[in-house]
Amino acid sequence: MSATVVTVTSGKGGVGKTTTTANLAVALAAGGQKVVCIDGDIGLRNLDVILGLENRIVYDLVDVVEGRCRLKQAMIRDKRLQELYLIPAAQTRDKNAVSPSDMVRLTDDLREEFDWILIDSPAGIERGFRNSVAPADTVLVVTNPEVSAVRDADRIIGLIESEEKGPAKLILNRLNTELVKRGDMLAPDDVLELLAVELIGIVPEDDHVIVSSNRGQPVALDPKTRAGTAFLNIARRLKGEDVPFMNLEEKEDIFQKLSRLIRPGGN
Amino acid sequence: MADWLAWLTSKKTPNSASTAKDRLKLVLINDRTDLTPAELESMKNELLAVISRYIEIDSNAVRIDMTQEGRQQRLLADIPIRAASRKNR
Repeated sequence: MSATVVTVTSGKGGVGKTTTTANLAVALAAGGQKVVCIDGDIGLRNLDVILGLENRIVYDLVDVVEGRCRLKQAMIRDKRLQELYLIPAAQTRDKNAVSPSDMVRLTDDLREEFDWILIDSPAGIERGFRNSVAPADTVLVVTNPEVSAVRDADRIIGLIESEEKGPAKLILNRLNTELVKRGDMLAPDDVLELLAVELIGIVPEDDHVIVSSNRGQPVALDPKTRAGTAFLNIARRLKGEDVPFMNLEEKEDIFQKLSRLIRPGGN
Repeated sequence: MADWLAWLTSKKTPNSASTAKDRLKLVLINDRTDLTPAELESMKNELLAVISRYIEIDSNAVRIDMTQEGRQQRLLADIPIRAASRKNR
C-alpha cells in the first residue's frame, strides 16, 4: 500500500477547508479505504471537533515531531469507521513548531500503512500552508462563489504552481442555486473561467452542514443530504471514478408542490 | 410609460454576479502581473511612445489589453499603422 497525500487548502479562511477534509476522510473511509487525516492548523485546531473526536486527544502532531510520543500514540481511531484515523494539531504551540521537511518525513512514515493521507491546511500563505503543501501529491483548493474567496483562491493556485505541486483542483463550496438563478451569485462556469483550473466538486449550501458540525458527525455519514452526496462524489472522483456532477436545481418539496397546485402560476 | 421607463433603466443595471465577475477579472490581472492599473496604463503609454518614434500610428484606434489564456496572462496589442509617408524624414 502506498498512500496518496491530499492537501486541502484555500487562501481565505472560513470557506470550508476543515469541513471538506473531514467529509472527504469520512467518505473515503466509508468506501473501505484506509484513511488518516492530519490537522495542519497548529495553534487553531478544529478538525478534531468537526470529526467529533475532541475528547480523545492525548498526543498531537507537535508531540510526534518533537519525539515525545510514537506516531501510533498520536493517531486517534474513529469509532464509527474502523479505517479512519486523526492526527490532531497542537493547540498551544505556533506553526513554526513544525517544518515542511517534518511533514514530508511524517507522511513518508504513514504512506505504507494507508490508502489516503488528508492534510487540513490553515488559511493564509505562510508557514502552515507550506508545511501542509510540502508532502502533497494532490492539492485541493476550496473556495466559495464570492469575490474575496475567489481572489484568494487565485493567489493560492499560483503559489501551488510555483511550489510545483500543481495543477490544483477546485472545490466550489456553499453554492446557493437560488442566488445563482437570480443572477446574484457567481455561477460555477464564471468561477472556472476566472480561475482556469480543473473542477473536482461543487457542494451546495446545505443547513445539514451546520447541524452535523454541531454534533461532530460529518454530513458525508448521511448520503441522504445534498452536501453529503456532493462530498461522497468528490471522494469517488479522487479515486479516479468518472462521476457526473449532480443536478443542482433546487428540488421541490411537498409543500412547494402543494402551493403550486393551489395557486397555479403563483410561486 | 413610467413602467416602460423603469423596465428600460432596470435592464441597464447589470446583475450583481456579472459585476462581481467583471471586477474579479481586473483584480486577478493586477494580482497575477503584480502591476497596478496606473502602472499598466503608463506601460501602455511608454510602449506607444517607443513605437511612434519609428512609425506613425493611429493613436485613437490603438488597443492594448491584458488577456487570459488558461492561467497565463498575455499582453495583446492591436496598433493600426498609418500609411507610410517618408517625405518628412
